[in-house]
Amino acid sequence: MNHKYLKNVTTLILKADKCTGCGRCIQVCPHKVFDLKNGKSEIIDKDGCIECGACAKNCLFNAIEVKPGVGCAYAIIMGWLRGTEPSCDCSGSSSSSGCC
Amino acid sequence: MENENCCNSDNKDSCCCQDDNNCSLGPITQYDKRNNWLVGEIQTPAGTVPQISTKLAFSDTLGTWKARWGVNRMNYRINPGLYAVGAPDNTSPVLVTANYKLTFDVLRKELCGLSLWVLVLDTKGINVWCAAGKGTFGTEELVTRIAKTNLLQIIAHKTLILPQLGAPGVSAHEVSKHTGFRVVYGPVSAKDIKAFINLEMKANDEMRTVKFSTYDRLILTPMELVGTFKISLMIFGVLFLLNLVGIGPFGFTDFYAYAGALIIGCVITPVLLPLIPGRAFAWKGWLLGLPWAIAVNILNGWPEAPLYTSMRAIGYLLILPSISAFCAMNFTGASTYTSLSGVLKEMKIAVPAIVISISMGIILIFVNSFIKL
Repeated sequence: MNHKYLKNVTTLILKADKCTGCGRCIQVCPHKVFDLKNGKSEIIDKDGCIECGACAKNCLFNAIEVKPGVGCAYAIIMGWLRGTEPSCDCSGSSSSSGCC
Repeated sequence: MENENCCNSDNKDSCCCQDDNNCSLGPITQYDKRNNWLVGEIQTPAGTVPQISTKLAFSDTLGTWKARWGVNRMNYRINPGLYAVGAPDNTSPVLVTANYKLTFDVLRKELCGLSLWVLVLDTKGINVWCAAGKGTFGTEELVTRIAKTNLLQIIAHKTLILPQLGAPGVSAHEVSKHTGFRVVYGPVSAKDIKAFINLEMKANDEMRTVKFSTYDRLILTPMELVGTFKISLMIFGVLFLLNLVGIGPFGFTDFYAYAGALIIGCVITPVLLPLIPGRAFAWKGWLLGLPWAIAVNILNGWPEAPLYTSMRAIGYLLILPSISAFCAMNFTGASTYTSLSGVLKEMKIAVPAIVISISMGIILIFVNSFIKL
């Protein structure tokens, strides 16, 4: 069964002029948003984007822009209550484990 | 956190003295020999590495169940570092994962018969995807962990296999720049690891796509229910106090009406998710909550029973579907296909609607109670 979420909301932008067609975005995208056409990446399912930011983070040529975030209502509510960016409680202990 | 901190107690000469050659033959990864998922030790040029079992014991399965029900969930973790599966040598593949014990178990049970290294990052006990979103499964931690485990001395090749869902936190080219290691993104799911390695480290479309099956959704629902316990207890406390001061009475009907609305929002809506019309989660929850509210009213004899007033019935209609809607909305965080922009858009409408609807419902039921007095 195919899941579909809200349409026309994603902040994803692909700058075709910077794309070299390396295909990295296609590899990292968990929802098949991109495909390679005529040697360049193309957005084929924009509404499938969940703004995880994997494509932008792994694009060597800065051809992709997206405001990354987690689609979590609980995190957004906690952010509203604390006056911060969305943040869930799944962050574990805040203390650092670095030993040195 | 104590056992993660390798400077404590008797293990002073582990990772804290990488500059000191005398230390390099100590254990690379701190571990407790009593852990039954450990089967031995492997000697490497940089020190000893714990060897792990690929079979899950009863205690592992029990631990998974507890984590799924929220018991000790935030502290269900293993020490970060390097682990060995089978008898790996310096040509064996290196898999990178998170230090959430549940994640680690899901991975190692798929590695039966293989010989490879598992590099566990310190994600504070969080799964790969969530940790990547927070950046703890990230470039910096990976670069640090490569250095701390002396990976360069242990393996002869320059390839790391990362789970694809780690990509939101890791910049592959940055890792290469800092460490010389090439990052290959493997499959989304650990069960495809063997096929991925057999395909010479190529993941096909199927392996690259996140699925969210009925079973995947079902196993997440206990946590949704557990998350409502605290607020539910507070609500029951308030209703109990109201009963004491003579407003009410709130009784069994209110209890099962509320519990039903929670179960619809936290369990039934997630399980039936793609079958329910519409896209917004809150809407889906509301849609299933409505027939429940009607059913509760009919069970209590509305509209025939004279004592069960329309005011109370409308109160339930306003409150119960909204509770289901709220619970369903919270499932966005557990789902695999919602975006921040989408959830924000949904909430801008859903949250005010839920608040207004529940408030009006509460007022109606209070007024109804006062009339009865």
